[in-house]
Amino acid sequence: MDPDNQALIKRIVDEQGGADIVVMLGAADAEAVEVAAETVRDGDPAWVGPLAGVQLGLPVLHVFEDDMKEQADAEVYEAQIGFFEMTLDAEGVKAAMRRVRGEA
Amino acid sequence: MNATDGARGGDPMELRGKKVIALGERDSVPGEAIAEVARSAGAEVIEVRTECFV
Repeated sequence: MDPDNQALIKRIVDEQGGADIVVMLGAADAEAVEVAAETVRDGDPAWVGPLAGVQLGLPVLHVFEDDMKEQADAEVYEAQIGFFEMTLDAEGVKAAMRRVRGEA
Repeated sequence: MNATDGARGGDPMELRGKKVIALGERDSVPGEAIAEVARSAGAEVIEVRTECFV
């Protein structure tokens, strides 16, 4: 995950606390998604960014996941995400999220 | 709910009332598209970013 985004997330949690915060991802690369999810939960696995050694324990969702799709307004979801879901590797991303959660 | 909750086949992660940090990418799903969807689910979007890897 980009160090700037790590710094952003760390600042928000420092200022507001981690309660009720959810990180939502939109990356299409499965490996990048796994790394991002691990970073905001367990800390930067590369040990180079501001979240190195910082376990924020934040919940993470990808915008392609069913939890997101089922709670969003269907028309909004289709308008904003439908095209990307069709053209990008949505299944690969969902599999990556399952791996992060130890489900696969 | 713990850090790994959400989309695990158990209780779904409730988004209503949550504070969302939307991290998109220019070459995949932009942050603002994520934010719109999160708002439609009842979440408060507190930060939106769209990364560019060019």
